[in-house]
Amino acid sequence: MTIELEQHIDPKLFSILEKVSDPEIPVLSIMDMGVVRFAQMVNNIAQIKITPTYSGCPAMDVIGDDIINAFSQENIEAKVSLVLSPAWTTDWITPRGRKALEEYGIAAPLEEDADKEALLGNKKIVKCPQCGSTNTKMISQFGSTACKALFQCEDCLEPFDYFKCLK
Amino acid sequence: MKKENLIQYIYGIADNALILGQRLSELCGHGPNLETDIACTNMALDLLGQTRSYYQYAAHLSGEKVTEDDIAFLRTERQYKNVLLVEQPNTNFAYIITRQFFYDVFHLLLLQELQNSKDETLAAIAKKGIKEVSYHQRFSSDWIKRLGDGTEVSHQKTQEAVNDLWKFTDELFQLTEEDKNAVELGVGVDVSLLKEKYYQIVGEVLEEATLSVPELKWFRKGGKEGIHSEHMGYLLSDLQYMQRTYPNMKW
Ligand SMILES: [Zn+2]
Repeated sequence: MTIELEQHIDPKLFSILEKVSDPEIPVLSIMDMGVVRFAQMVNNIAQIKITPTYSGCPAMDVIGDDIINAFSQENIEAKVSLVLSPAWTTDWITPRGRKALEEYGIAAPLEEDADKEALLGNKKIVKCPQCGSTNTKMISQFGSTACKALFQCEDCLEPFDYFKCLK
Repeated sequence: MKKENLIQYIYGIADNALILGQRLSELCGHGPNLETDIACTNMALDLLGQTRSYYQYAAHLSGEKVTEDDIAFLRTERQYKNVLLVEQPNTNFAYIITRQFFYDVFHLLLLQELQNSKDETLAAIAKKGIKEVSYHQRFSSDWIKRLGDGTEVSHQKTQEAVNDLWKFTDELFQLTEEDKNAVELGVGVDVSLLKEKYYQIVGEVLEEATLSVPELKWFRKGGKEGIHSEHMGYLLSDLQYMQRTYPNMKW
């Protein structure tokens, strides 16, 4: 386990990495998710470092395999390792990633303070990805995965996942 | 810090996450409703994820032949350093939530200190864990309040759980020899200093939940030295079954 402070991505590797998607949210590339922290060619091997969204995120093993496959299709050998620090934050999801989440039916994370108010049920501010109403309520702090909470829209009545703010 | 001491220190933290994670995993498909079932298994996943990070580090320190799986599945009961609290069995939901709450409050205080460790890897695991455990504590505290300040039955069952599990809380703050060594070197956390804050937070939530704080003055301990309660053997036989039956099996 190494400590990497900055994101170092070789632009030539970007397009390959962009083809790899988050297995839980297929519309979202791992680049838009912000989990790739390092990608450089070292001695003809693509060295890729990824960071988990949550410690127990089962998607990480799959993402690692998918990266190796994506590179092997380009006849490039890749090595994937995990870095824990700095810890992933929802701020690293790109604006395009947030849009993809919304279109997929997952409400994108709010800012930290707003997130707290929403999860405590103090304010109705989480927007329903189906109809856009903010007349929504939390059903459960934990949704289909640890990174999401379960909400329901009180206007269109659809349940939906809200991606929790993580800082 | 001596390698062997550091490894033992890591077990002292990680085993709590493994065993509580195992207890929560047992609830998969058995939660009182779908949302709580998912919440409990999500927390289990967080804890097992943290456990993996710790064990991978310990395995790395132990040398090439040791893997995280060896540490998780092939130690004997006495070699697990978890506190007695986390190995207590799942009975009713009030009991499960109280066990969780008692550990979450401690866990968050511990990680908040561990993130300042001179050991970079431990600090990184702690920083990551804080974000997750904050959600756990919010979840269990909310439930303590809902159950305590709920119906007559839920109040009574939660008070019983609080009374019964209280005797396991003091062990959280005991320093083992590895702890003392790790504290001296700036690697570990002096858990004895977390005690006051812990009982203050727990007391506030219990009060809001209209539950009373037990006046118990005797406490049980032993887990940190590997002396576990009867429940631990059953838990381990479940946890280790596959590796013991089919040695070296892989998914
Ligand atoms: Zn709606």
